[in-house]
Amino acid sequence: MTIRRILIANRGEIAVRIIRTARALGIETVLAVSEADRGSLGARMADRALCIGPARPSDSYLRVETIVQAALGSGCDAIHPGYGFLSERAALAQMCEDEGLIFIGPTAAQIEAVGDKLRARAEAIAADVPVVPGGPVESTADAQALAGEIGAPLLVKAVGGGGGRGMKRVERLEDLPAILAMASAEAGAAFGDARVYLERYVARGRHVEVQLLGDGQGHVIHLGERDCSVQRRYQKLIEETPAPHLPADMRAAMHAAALRFAARLSYRGAGTVEFLYDIAHNQFYFLEMNARIQVEHPVTEMVTGIDLVAEQIAIANGKGLRRAQEDVRIDGAAIEVRINAEDPARDFMPAPGTVSAVRWPAGQGIRVDSHIVDGASIPPFYDSMIAKIIAHGPDRAAALARLRRALGETRIEGVSTNLAFQADNLADPDFAEGGVDTGFLAGRATLASAD
Amino acid sequence: MNLTAKDVEEIMKLLEGSAFDRLSLEIDGMKLELERGGAGAPRPPRAPVTKAEPAVPTAPPSPPAGDRVSTQAGLVEVRSPLLGIYYRAPKPGEPPFVEVGGKVDVETVIGIVEVMKLMNSVPAGVKGEVVEIIGRNGELVEHGEVLLLVRPES
Repeated sequence: MTIRRILIANRGEIAVRIIRTARALGIETVLAVSEADRGSLGARMADRALCIGPARPSDSYLRVETIVQAALGSGCDAIHPGYGFLSERAALAQMCEDEGLIFIGPTAAQIEAVGDKLRARAEAIAADVPVVPGGPVESTADAQALAGEIGAPLLVKAVGGGGGRGMKRVERLEDLPAILAMASAEAGAAFGDARVYLERYVARGRHVEVQLLGDGQGHVIHLGERDCSVQRRYQKLIEETPAPHLPADMRAAMHAAALRFAARLSYRGAGTVEFLYDIAHNQFYFLEMNARIQVEHPVTEMVTGIDLVAEQIAIANGKGLRRAQEDVRIDGAAIEVRINAEDPARDFMPAPGTVSAVRWPAGQGIRVDSHIVDGASIPPFYDSMIAKIIAHGPDRAAALARLRRALGETRIEGVSTNLAFQADNLADPDFAEGGVDTGFLAGRATLASAD
Repeated sequence: MNLTAKDVEEIMKLLEGSAFDRLSLEIDGMKLELERGGAGAPRPPRAPVTKAEPAVPTAPPSPPAGDRVSTQAGLVEVRSPLLGIYYRAPKPGEPPFVEVGGKVDVETVIGIVEVMKLMNSVPAGVKGEVVEIIGRNGELVEHGEVLLLVRPES
C-alpha cells in the first residue's frame, strides 16, 4: 500500500512543515483543525481542512476517535501525528492498526515500551545502555551500601514524586541516614508512598540526544546528535548539531548506545534517544526515548541534507531505510532558536494575540519553520512556540554568525516574543565558546538580577 | 486547485451582473459560495472561501448545533455538534428523521453523527419548518458544518 493522502493531526509550524514535504512527494494532505485554527496558514495550505472540534485541545486535537474518523471519512490512508498532542499516545497508533490506517510513527507496542520511565530504564539496562547510577533502597543499610557506590553528591527521590517534587540532595554521605528518614516520612505524607530511591546528582550536565531512523525490522541508523542544553525550566530553547566540544569517544559511544537501544526494540520510524552527559565524570546516562519527530529536527536536516519527514513517510510506506550508516554525512554545523510568543519581562508569560506584521529572515544557510504570517492569530489554548529560526554554516562559528544576523533582521509586531532574549543568549561569550551545560540560562538570569 | 483572490473578484462581478442573488460553485473538491448583500449593504471585499465544504467563514468560530444563527433569509442553520459521519435515518432503509417541509421542535432529532461506531443524535435546537437539507447522508461532516436550514416559527 502506498500512501496517497495523509491526515495531519497537528497544528502550527509542524503542520505546515509536514504539508510541505507531502506536497513535494505528491501526497495530498487533510489537516485536522480546531475552531481556533480554521484560518491558520496550515488550513490554507492543506488540500483540505476539517474542523474537528472546539479550540480546547481536549475537545479537538486530543480526541483519538475523532481524528481516526476524520481520516477514514476523508479518504486518508495514513495519519501523521507531528509532535505533542497524540504523537506518543499508543491508543492512536493502536486504533490506526485496527482500522487499517498507516500510523506514520512507531508501533503502539513501541510507544508503550518507551513511554513509561521505569520500563524505559529497564529496556536501557537490558540494551547495555548506561543509566544514571542509583536504584531503589529499602533500608538504611541498603542505602549506605548503594550510596557508597554512587558517591556524593546524590539525590534521594520519592518514587511517587516527579517534576522536581519529592527530591532531596545529599552533599556528604554521613548525612544520608538522617535525610533518608526525613525524605521517606515526607514522601509517605505527600504521595501516600514512602518508597524512595537514590540517584547520582549530576551537578553539571549537558542534554545530548541522538537522532535515529529505524525500519521496524531491527535495522537502525543514526543521523548524528543534537545538543539541547540551553533550557529554561526543562524547556529547550536553543538546539544545535554537532554537540560542541564533546569528546570524540563519548560522541561515538552515545551514537552506539542509542542504536543498541532502538535496535533491541526493532524500532520503526524516526525517534530520538536522549542522554544526560555528566561533564565532571565524562560519562553519559540514558534519560528517555522520544518516539516521534522532534521540534528540533531541522538542525539535523540541515547538516545531513535528509528530509526526516520524507524518511518517516518512506518507512511507513514499507520502503525501509533508504541509506546505509556510511552514507550519512554530517556537513558543517546548524543551530536553531525557538521563537515563543511570551514576555520575558513578565516571567515568560505566554503572550497570545494577533501578529500585525512579521518579517522573517532569509539568506544563505537560513531556514524558518513557522506558521506565522501577517495577521496570524496566536490562540491562547496551545503551545507558545511560533517559529524556529535555523542557521547552517560550514562550521559552528559561521552558523552562529548567520543566526545572529538572521535574528537581527527578524521583526514580529503585535505580540511579545522572546526574540531579543534569544539574541542576547546567542551573544553570550560562553555560548559562543560552545558546550554550555543545562544551567546556562539559570546562570545568566542570576547574573542579570545581580546587576 | 486553488482560486486566487482575482478569480473570486471576477466571479463576484459576474454575479453582480446577473439576475441571481446566490451562486454556488464547486470545482474539484473546492466549493465557493457567494451571496448578494441584503438591502444594498456593501459586502466585505473578500467572499468566504472554504474548501470542499459549504461556506463557513473562517474568522468567527462556528457555534455548536442548536445555536440560532439566522441566515439572510431569516433561516436558522442547524449545525453538526461534532465531526463524524452524518446519517439522515436511524438505520439504512428506514425513513429519514426529517424531510423538507417537516416540522421540528427544539428536541426533535434531525440526524445521527457517528464517530467510530459511537452514534450521537443531533437535536434541531429550534422550532420551525425544515426548508433545506444540506448535509449528505453517509458522508463526513465537520464540527460546525450546516446540516439543514429551518424557518423558525415566530
